[in-house]
Amino acid sequence: MPVLQAQNTFVSDFERAERELSAIGPVALHRLREAAIQRFAALGFPTLDDEEWRFTALAPLTQTTFKAAREGKVDPALIDQMTFSADGPRLVFVNGRFLAAQSSVQNLLAGVVVAGLGDALKSHPDQFEPYLAQYADYQDQAFTALNTAFIQDGPFVFLPKNTVVDRPIYLIHISVGGDAATVTYPRGLIVAGSNTQAKIVEAFVGQGEDVYFTNAVTELVASEGANIEYVKLQRESLHAFHVHTLQLQLAKSSNVRSHTVNFGGRLVRNEVNAVLDGEGCECTLNGLSIATGEQHVDNHTRIDHAKPHCASHELYKSILDGNAHGVFNGRIYVHPDAQKTDAKQTNQTLLLSENAVIDAMPKLEIFADDVKCTHGATVGQLDAESIFYLRSRGIDKDEARALLTYAFANDIISRIGVEPLRAGLEKLLIATDEHR
Amino acid sequence: MLTIFNLHARVDDKEILKGVNLKLKAGEVHAIMGPNGSGKSTLAGVLAGRDAFDVTEGDVLFEGKNLLDMDPEERAREGVFLAFQYPVEIPGVSNTYFLRAAVNAIRKHRGEEELDAVEFLQLVREKLNVLHIDEELLKRPVNEGFSGGEKKRNEIFQMAVINPKLCILDETDSGLDIDALRTVADGVNAMRSKDRAILVITHYQRLLNYIVPDKVHVLMDGRIVKSGGKELALELESKGYDWIEQEVAV
Repeated sequence: MPVLQAQNTFVSDFERAERELSAIGPVALHRLREAAIQRFAALGFPTLDDEEWRFTALAPLTQTTFKAAREGKVDPALIDQMTFSADGPRLVFVNGRFLAAQSSVQNLLAGVVVAGLGDALKSHPDQFEPYLAQYADYQDQAFTALNTAFIQDGPFVFLPKNTVVDRPIYLIHISVGGDAATVTYPRGLIVAGSNTQAKIVEAFVGQGEDVYFTNAVTELVASEGANIEYVKLQRESLHAFHVHTLQLQLAKSSNVRSHTVNFGGRLVRNEVNAVLDGEGCECTLNGLSIATGEQHVDNHTRIDHAKPHCASHELYKSILDGNAHGVFNGRIYVHPDAQKTDAKQTNQTLLLSENAVIDAMPKLEIFADDVKCTHGATVGQLDAESIFYLRSRGIDKDEARALLTYAFANDIISRIGVEPLRAGLEKLLIATDEHR
Repeated sequence: MLTIFNLHARVDDKEILKGVNLKLKAGEVHAIMGPNGSGKSTLAGVLAGRDAFDVTEGDVLFEGKNLLDMDPEERAREGVFLAFQYPVEIPGVSNTYFLRAAVNAIRKHRGEEELDAVEFLQLVREKLNVLHIDEELLKRPVNEGFSGGEKKRNEIFQMAVINPKLCILDETDSGLDIDALRTVADGVNAMRSKDRAILVITHYQRLLNYIVPDKVHVLMDGRIVKSGGKELALELESKGYDWIEQEVAV
């Protein structure tokens, strides 16, 4: 299917769904959807000529016809598997729809809201309306525009000021395939009030050979002094298309740590954009992508240092095997006012096969004169001397390789502060190694 | 225990070992000394199975088995241990995890039960004391951020835990201050036994003040040109290597 036709299909999908969509949320939200679909129609899907998409061909996506996903059922065991049996608040979405029966939002602290969009806009409009779709750019980003046009459901979290939530909050999106390829548009919003503290895990999950398209946007607003850890876990089916924008907005003295962990997906694009919009912010962006076969995993990050005295730390790693193709494009933009910026970006890739490819592009754009900014990218194979060292102690060659690969990946996993997720991911890494 | 017969080895196109002969019996400690570039580290590497070296001629028998036919891990499991001149840093793998994997790989090979975490900890605690190593070291990634002395002590610590039959120390003394040298030597001496052979490869005689060898061999230009008792090391220390060169040339 030509790109233009694909674009038109999505636009006519919108027209068909419009009546149903318009019933969700206030009139202003629907005006926003209309504006967004117009932007999408004008922008169209990006092509390889677009600088930001030059290494990610969207043909497999634009050549597939997607239907709106129907309601689906899910085995509770799968949810346990995805949360590593953590108890605590959780929202479960199946095929883009909130599933109250599988969710758990009991025993929340006073004023905390953890809910699906439909419910949240009804019960707590004042908490969410002012923030929804205010940060992720739908004017210039086609996928964000498309997601915004189809805002229907997704996880909403609100933390009133001074709240400390001990147990991690899980937001789980499960896609259950049918006969035809389907599309969902999960839209998340996390609003963390002043001096709040919380850990949030957002997981995208699919199974088997299901073909579907997840086009997700998550906006996270950290108010003054908020301390938030956000983990995105991507375990889509190996035939899925996954495009997700995580938009982080940081106010003065806030600290946001994000970890993006990719295991699944056939064609994956993660955009993590952070705007450091107050003095004294600290922002950590970590990423780990493990890909093999024909998987394509593209990680784009952009950190806007808009105010002085902010720090950002970025560490993205990839382990690519088979014919996997990785892309890392990390932009750090230091605005003229952002003196005393301290920004560090590191990108490391392990290529386990001759056919695996990484395109790495660190980009620093600095318009302030008193800053400390560094970046570095390395690409390599497993270190032969390290393998020999392990073998010389009796560990066989395959195990030595697996151990070193695990160590490379675990450098990211060990930074995750969410238990039992961290321990669960370590086990998953070992299993991935053994499978290799 | 170890018989090296007419060993020739090359790196790329350069012949480094040109016919090394050596016999090492259980219970013995031998030192191999030699100037830079004489082939000392190549010999250690060939024995441990480093694949950068190409053995072109000769045999190495370890307890009657052909060592050169074995992969590095097989040699380790059979009881050969090389203490590296430059121990490798392995970020992301803890010392405990690494060493337990090694010990259990070897135990499995010998048909012994693998050690669980508690049994393993008991084993290592004893050895830690001998080498004045803090237990904290076990939790740290292998050699990452270790000082030169810590790395060498860690090599000897691994050796003590793994309990090999043949220990090869490749310039373990290089870069050590006198205190670290003594600690390392104490660790090695604690392992001397009638069932074990130790091959100490060094450039300097200093280490041999603390690890007193039964025999000293001088390696030059890829051959062992002179062998003697521990007094040969002292002679080399005072006179340098030149006189041997002249003696051999005559």
